[in-house]
Amino acid sequence: MIHVEDIRKSFGETEVLKGVTATFETGKTNLVIGQSGSGKTVFLKCLLGLFTPEEGSISYDGKVYDDLSADDKRNLRQEMGMVFQGSALFDSMTVEGNVKFPLEMFTKQSPSEMQDRVDFVLKRVNLIDAHHKFPSEISGGMQKRVAIARAIVMNPKYLFCDEPNSGLDPKTAILIDNLIKEITEEYDITTVINTHDMNSVMEIGEKILFLKNGLKEWEGTNKEIFKTDNEAVTDFVYSSELFKKVRQMYIEERN
Amino acid sequence: MNYFESIGSYAIMIREVFKKPTKWKIMKTLILKEIDELMFGSLGIIIFISFFIGGVVAIQTALNLTNPLLPGYLIGFATRQSIILEFAPTFCSIIMAGKVGSYITSSIGTMRVTEQIDALEVMGINALNYLVFPKIVALMLYPFIIAIGMYIGVFGGWLATVSGGHGTSADFIEGIQLDFIPFHVTYAFIKTLVFAFILATIPSYHGFYMKGGALEVGKASTTSFVWTSVAIIFLNLILTQLFLG
Ligand SMILES: Nc1ncnc2c1ncn2[C@@H]1O[C@H](COP(=O)(O)OP(=O)(O)O)[C@@H](O)[C@H]1O
Ligand SMILES: [Mg+2]
Repeated sequence: MIHVEDIRKSFGETEVLKGVTATFETGKTNLVIGQSGSGKTVFLKCLLGLFTPEEGSISYDGKVYDDLSADDKRNLRQEMGMVFQGSALFDSMTVEGNVKFPLEMFTKQSPSEMQDRVDFVLKRVNLIDAHHKFPSEISGGMQKRVAIARAIVMNPKYLFCDEPNSGLDPKTAILIDNLIKEITEEYDITTVINTHDMNSVMEIGEKILFLKNGLKEWEGTNKEIFKTDNEAVTDFVYSSELFKKVRQMYIEERN
Repeated sequence: MNYFESIGSYAIMIREVFKKPTKWKIMKTLILKEIDELMFGSLGIIIFISFFIGGVVAIQTALNLTNPLLPGYLIGFATRQSIILEFAPTFCSIIMAGKVGSYITSSIGTMRVTEQIDALEVMGINALNYLVFPKIVALMLYPFIIAIGMYIGVFGGWLATVSGGHGTSADFIEGIQLDFIPFHVTYAFIKTLVFAFILATIPSYHGFYMKGGALEVGKASTTSFVWTSVAIIFLNLILTQLFLG
């Protein structure tokens, strides 16, 4: 479980996060949604410790980040996995090299143990014959799978994904979403996913936090999001014509 | 950002590079890769430039020595002095600012804009140590490249002199042995080492702290070339005054 208490983050004059409080549960896919520029990435990078909020605190299973020693912070980092928006694979390394990298960096495993683990996670994300390809040689969907494999190779307790299905076709996007959900449940991970994709919301939105202009505008589940009267949320949810029609039908049915 | 702030954050970067070192097993392969890329990869261009610059310096000297009373060994002497003192260390470093410098800026810059640097930092890796330290170590071999450049330059001068009919081989060889001051070579290599450090770090700085996308990577490479050259030319003056003045 991750608990965020009233965090604020500014860049120079502009305040991006203006006091956000939230709780993310273990074994669930927690979504952070909102329009582009609403501060989702900044929020996620605060959770990762890449940005330090000026105010507020973040705790990971009860451990308050700011109170940890440098060593404990480093250990905590190794319990986190991150899937970046553009995958952020190291393009000088093969698929296998990318996934093996954290193991080589942080464990004392023997080469064969590492190989076993790499084979296992690559198989888990359904990549079997791309081991020796370079990131530039595989599709966007496959790159995402490699990024997920790299993020989970160290058995993380916390998994963060920044728009994991942006740039993917709708079918692949749903496969990636479901893969993240399965992995979250299978390994009991606290997963936080940034997205502005309504398909993801419907598919895996077990817990949703809606950010607007750096503030928490709404929170709930994907069942509740279609019923809310919050204007900002409905504006966001029904931004597409299709969804507007669906809502219209829903309201007619109810009346 | 103003210049003073930039110099300040450059200094902070240098300090960070030497903190929290990367596992040696991994660092070793990174260093070898950079030596291959940055040093062996530059050997060709350094040899090419040195050879022709050496030839041109010899010809120019010969053409300016129209007075028949001047001794023939002057061509060899002047060629050696200009190659060792300036052309090999300084001129080659400016070329390297273009070749090695823009390579460093664009490769680190690309890692920045594609969040690969964030990916390193998320894992708890000191990205500056991981990326910049192996480049600094690789460039410490730069004096060897320049030594080859010096040799080839003098050879180019000899070939141009003899084959162009500007002087005899014996005169040229007498010239390059004349009044040889070993400290000049020491001075040249000290200069080269300082330039090597500049060549590794200023382009890294411009790549590491860049913001934006692919277009900005291109711009950062250009800016980095300008500032690396400026730093080399400026330090050249300081070091020359310090050691020879
Ligand atoms: N490193 C940074 N420096 C300055 N401003 C930033 C930085 N990162 C993000 N911002 C600003 O914060 C705001 C929110 O950005 P972001 O979190 O990326 O939005 P989202 O991910 O929701 O699209 C934007 O206005 C952006 O310009
Ligand atoms: Mg974003």
